[in-house]
Amino acid sequence: MMVNMKPRSGAHIGAKASVSHIMWQVMLALTPATVFGLWLFGWPAINLFIVTVLSAIFFEAVCIRLQGRPVKPVIMDGSALLTAWLLAMTLPPWAPWWIGVVGSGLAIILGKQVYGGLGQNLFNPAMIARVALLISFPIEMTTWANVSPLFFSNSPGLIESWHITFAGLDNLDASTGATILGYVKTEFSQNHLLATSLKEYSGLLNFIGWARGSLGETSVILLVLGGVWLMRQGIIQWYIPVSLLGTVFLLASIFHVLDDQHYLSPLMHLGSGGVILVAFFIATDYVTSPNTPTGQVVFGAGCGLLIFVIRTWGAYPEGSGFAVLLMNSATPLIDYYIRPRIYGRDRQGKPLEIPKS
Amino acid sequence: MLSFFTKSRIRGGVHAESYKELTASDEIVTNFPLPKTLYIPLQQHVGKPAEPLIRVGDKVLKGQLLAYSQGMISAPVHAPSSGIILDVNDYPAPHPSALPIRMMVLETDGLDEWFTSPVVDDPFQLSPEDISLRVGAAGIVGLGGATFPTAVKLNMGRENKIDTLIINGAECEPYLSCDDRLMQERAEQIIDGVRLMLHGMESDHAVVAIEDNKPQAFYAMQKAARPYSVIKVIQIPTRYPMGWDRQLIRYVTGREVPVGCRSSEIGVTIHNVGTAHAVHKALRYGQALVNRVLTVSGGAVGRPMNVEVPLGTLISEVFAFCEVKSEQTARIIMGGPMMGESLPHTCLPTVKATSGLLALTESELKSNDVHPCIRCAACVTVCPAGLRPLDMANNIRMNQLDAAVDLGLKDCISCGCCSYICPSNIPLVQYFKYASGEVVARQQAQHKSEQTKRLMDDRNARLERIAKQQEEEEKARIAAKVERERLKAEQAAQEVSV
Repeated sequence: MMVNMKPRSGAHIGAKASVSHIMWQVMLALTPATVFGLWLFGWPAINLFIVTVLSAIFFEAVCIRLQGRPVKPVIMDGSALLTAWLLAMTLPPWAPWWIGVVGSGLAIILGKQVYGGLGQNLFNPAMIARVALLISFPIEMTTWANVSPLFFSNSPGLIESWHITFAGLDNLDASTGATILGYVKTEFSQNHLLATSLKEYSGLLNFIGWARGSLGETSVILLVLGGVWLMRQGIIQWYIPVSLLGTVFLLASIFHVLDDQHYLSPLMHLGSGGVILVAFFIATDYVTSPNTPTGQVVFGAGCGLLIFVIRTWGAYPEGSGFAVLLMNSATPLIDYYIRPRIYGRDRQGKPLEIPKS
Repeated sequence: MLSFFTKSRIRGGVHAESYKELTASDEIVTNFPLPKTLYIPLQQHVGKPAEPLIRVGDKVLKGQLLAYSQGMISAPVHAPSSGIILDVNDYPAPHPSALPIRMMVLETDGLDEWFTSPVVDDPFQLSPEDISLRVGAAGIVGLGGATFPTAVKLNMGRENKIDTLIINGAECEPYLSCDDRLMQERAEQIIDGVRLMLHGMESDHAVVAIEDNKPQAFYAMQKAARPYSVIKVIQIPTRYPMGWDRQLIRYVTGREVPVGCRSSEIGVTIHNVGTAHAVHKALRYGQALVNRVLTVSGGAVGRPMNVEVPLGTLISEVFAFCEVKSEQTARIIMGGPMMGESLPHTCLPTVKATSGLLALTESELKSNDVHPCIRCAACVTVCPAGLRPLDMANNIRMNQLDAAVDLGLKDCISCGCCSYICPSNIPLVQYFKYASGEVVARQQAQHKSEQTKRLMDDRNARLERIAKQQEEEEKARIAAKVERERLKAEQAAQEVSV
């Protein structure tokens, strides 16, 4: 009986997971927070989300076509979709359409394809795009829509939303405001301490996600739910989220105890801005994070430290994007220095000594 | 003893779907029809091939020595049945290449008549050296698949005064259940073999380690070992590759075998349960290793089973007996699906290393649809040797083999965990096997060129020396001539003056 003449080495069988399976699982985990965010900020947010995703797929298809490779299997692996999804979640929900398009272009072309495509990029594409947008278009990227859920009387309708997304927002002051982190920063500059600036702050509303912020970052509870589910599915490990959030919590606690008028409480740190989204879904990006458990703990702790430093003493109210990019650049270094110990060898790679008995 | 549970550590590994239920519940089939012709490779073990002793046309009995071992590490080969030797020649080997190796072809006479070497009533009266000799003479090699000559291992164990003999009943490869059945059905014989091995190594502590997915084998072995306090039967977690000797040694003893050392140097020796069973047969009945139990399984097998076959039986005959559907077979594998070798066809003999024969369908196989590496590091997590397969593969792809060696290429045990888990279906082990071969080839090429250079240098030096010598001789000759002429002239002058 003659069968396959091409010799192959083991393993002849394999686990069922595939790249696209992993991507879809991550998207599934993002779905609750995304749906909540889209509902919370209404039609303009839905427009922005659709525009961002479609343009990312378009840019990916163009790049793959230019490389002369078949387009469909690459699109179907879901990586471009996931990148755009994550990017959309970090954008101000009522941002104009071109923010989404430019962001997707930056993420897919500059963040991913110029490095050689999937798996080759040094920096997280979504964060590259977000940070580039923030620096280039500071007004659009810091205009935060008020909470205006779908089908509420004072929320924009479908037609009105097209006007917001494609022509721009007319009446800025009536429908927008500051995020809590931005607000606190502004108050500090006017010498208002936390006791006065946080009078109307509600931890519970923030926790549920009933607050201004990026499209998908507001709901702590839904993001944590998705993240924990991903861990249970074995898609991500606990190392990065726990070390990142732990570091932020620890640093915030220390400073808050020392001076509760100048430093936000640890729970406010964890409950505001993009730190939860980043900890579970962005810092855990396989491509741009270290590949040993110890390395991942170092990476997560580094992200946490930078987030706290930028938020507390930096010029920007939120530092998650910058923190992730900075730590991305340290990933090769972490992987170079932190290696697993090879069986039968010591950490330096020398054979172990035979124990004297 | 509590300490070994706290110290022990399992690193890496995967939880593979076991598929053992296909064969694990039925008894070992022992009525395999005797094949008309057997193809017996002279190398079925690690080390030097055996040297033929019997000539074409000779009549042999079952268990009679066909080829004797030569060198320090080798094993003899015996006739798996009685009959006439038809040929001693090169035939395709059970190897992915199917390149020819030397084999003896035996035409069986159907009598299956035994030739047994004399046995003593109580083998425990034999000296330990004698045990090794008899085990060696019976052609016993490690039956877990490594096929290292058992006698050599017994001697090393004795010389190093090991304190623990581990009997490997992990059988962590999916699909395979031959060790499981052997332990269930022949526990007492195995335990007897273990005791004989202990005697042969002058050791008094053995641990039989069985994965906890084989409770019946565990109970059977525990029952058989109860009278002997020197043998302890334990259950170990089910996790591939638990049966990797070094992983098992660390789990059971808490000790780690240093790179480049044999396990006996740290006081441990490990043998497979099948080997212990073969030792029992050799010492109690004088029977050489001429058959083995193997698992025939896979989606394309009509009657999956564990079957005892004579060594040298063609795989095609085993498959015919087990009703393998050739049109459904996508790959033939000798061994388990993780570390086994794929074979190009079935006209190849079974050998001492054949623990399993699998005929897998397309749907059981790992997909060949390779995607880019997304650096998910699953391969790093599962590697039991502590390597970083993704970085090694990257370096190999860029032909930077030295960098791959620096990352630990030579510490790779080809267990297949990385290939198994890779979501991008990258054939990582294939990269590593290619690179290992290429590194050896390059070293040989370099060695050769160095040798050639040395020979050239030597030759040049020699020619130079000869030329110099000739020059000097020439000079001396001229000088002598001049001298002679001078003397002549002087003589002539003297004659004139006289």
